[in-house]
Amino acid sequence: MVIEAREKHGIEAPSRKDSVEDGMASTRDWVKRKFYGETIIDVEDLDFTYSKVRALQNVTITIPRDGVTAVMGPSGCGKSTFLRTLNRMYEVVPGAKASGTILFEGENLLKTDPVVLRHKIGMVFQRPNPFPKSIFDNIAYGPRIHGLRNKKKLMAIAEDALRRAALWDEVKDRLKESAFSLSGGQQQRLCIARALAVSPKILLMDEPCSALDPKASDCIERTTRELAEALTVIIVTHNLQQAARVSDHVAVFLAGGHLAEFGATREVFEDPESQEVGDYLQGRFG
Amino acid sequence: MGHTKVDGKPNLKIRMKHRNVDRYVFFALALVSLLTLGTIIYFIFAEAVPFLDKMRLVPEEQGTTSKWGEHFTDTRLGDLFTSTWRPESDREEFFGTLPMIVATTVVTLGAMVLAIPFGLSAAVFVGEVGPRWLKDVFKTVLELLAAVPSIVYGFFGLIIIAPFVRVHLDVVSGSNGLTAALILSIMALPTISSLAEDALHAVPNTYREASLALGATRWQTIWRTIIPSASSGIIGAVILGMGRAVGETMAVLFVAGNAPFLTWNILRPLRPITSAIALDMQESVRGSAHFHSLFAMGALLLLITLIMNWTAEWFHGRLLKRQGLKGG
Repeated sequence: MVIEAREKHGIEAPSRKDSVEDGMASTRDWVKRKFYGETIIDVEDLDFTYSKVRALQNVTITIPRDGVTAVMGPSGCGKSTFLRTLNRMYEVVPGAKASGTILFEGENLLKTDPVVLRHKIGMVFQRPNPFPKSIFDNIAYGPRIHGLRNKKKLMAIAEDALRRAALWDEVKDRLKESAFSLSGGQQQRLCIARALAVSPKILLMDEPCSALDPKASDCIERTTRELAEALTVIIVTHNLQQAARVSDHVAVFLAGGHLAEFGATREVFEDPESQEVGDYLQGRFG
Repeated sequence: MGHTKVDGKPNLKIRMKHRNVDRYVFFALALVSLLTLGTIIYFIFAEAVPFLDKMRLVPEEQGTTSKWGEHFTDTRLGDLFTSTWRPESDREEFFGTLPMIVATTVVTLGAMVLAIPFGLSAAVFVGEVGPRWLKDVFKTVLELLAAVPSIVYGFFGLIIIAPFVRVHLDVVSGSNGLTAALILSIMALPTISSLAEDALHAVPNTYREASLALGATRWQTIWRTIIPSASSGIIGAVILGMGRAVGETMAVLFVAGNAPFLTWNILRPLRPITSAIALDMQESVRGSAHFHSLFAMGALLLLITLIMNWTAEWFHGRLLKRQGLKGG
């Protein structure tokens, strides 16, 4: 099944127009083999501008299917922007423009329908942003917009999503209550559950703990680890310890939107290739 | 340490004093506006009560005597809601306000049927779908529309809309309920659109992002997230627009036809409450039954608008509660 799908989407052997890049491609294949079995997203020469400001420059990265990939870097380095190109959420900002290719399921996702894309690539935001609806309605929102009306099925989906987000036991008796009656950490887990309810293949998390206290953050981190068993998680964080705890792979962006380093978390932390990344990881700036 | 204390103390005292002065000034100003409102309500009702009193709101045993002549003492409160309006007559006077109440209802509902869909869709389009520059243009146009004096709308209705309605709908007179409703809908449109757009604008961007990130289309986001979140503001906008329509006098006086006959037909000439008061006020003898009956109608109008405002408040409170923003 997996191999079939892989062949279908041309992930192992992506058909590229320009053969000039063969050398690059083979390097990446080597990277892929070294760190992980499989690629889920293949970014190539991604440039990004807000009006006239360049936020990302020539980003080329292959994101593995397994585990958690952390995206790190000092503020203003484009890490959130990078995350938002992956589900085209940057489009809500007028004047934002991305060029290059981001291969997902055999297609350049910059050229596909963003609505379809976002069914497959879910997102959790910096601040918990539940809808002003009940807990249940928040989770049922995604399935409902995709046309599901059956109350029993919606309930089953809600329970499953809440269990996976480690929130079920806390809210199972109060699904009809407003989502705003939950604490900040619970709201964020509700947002995770809401994203899970449409069964995405990738979950993007944009500094999900930045508005939470350490205890709530810890809970989100553990949830994230568990989620990574079943889907790909890409998490933006400026918290070095958090990245070290939660991720399998780490991408470090530096000022100007350059991808400075990418590799297995342990290797990057213990033996960074460039001096600048080393300084950043030791907390000399950020 | 001690130094700053010495420096700080007198300063603080002066500041406290000033703060108290500020407080009294603002309290006095607030009191003035409250008093004004109270005075208006008091005098409207004070002038209306003699009429209602004659209508035997007060039981006869308490000994009320008629100021206005024998025939009038037979009138009952219920007669207010009859269909004959003949306030100045040699034979018998009738104070049935039903034609005016119905006319106001018909004209206001007609105006709302036209203004709500247009106003709300304009607000949604401009606020959520259209480009940024359109929003600026739209806001300016709405402000201009709101600034046009109502008598100008009256002229416009009389010269443009009334002939149009007469010719195209083949009715005897272009001055009728429909023409008034059309004019009122144009007048209520800025209120409804502008306030509804504000309500949409107040919806946090994070809701839009959350919805879009779940794979919702723009329309799904608008229908399922933004409009429900803004609904209290939208209902408020509609009610305020309705208040404008109910209370509008001048434009309506020009085009409604002013026939005080009871009919639900919007194509007939109608006389809404505001027009009736404006028309009859100069003709009525001060202190007469006719005079007080006009105040009674004014009081009724005031009650209607107050009830509408309370309804808006109630919707707002209920919504806040449902969203969990308020205790309970």
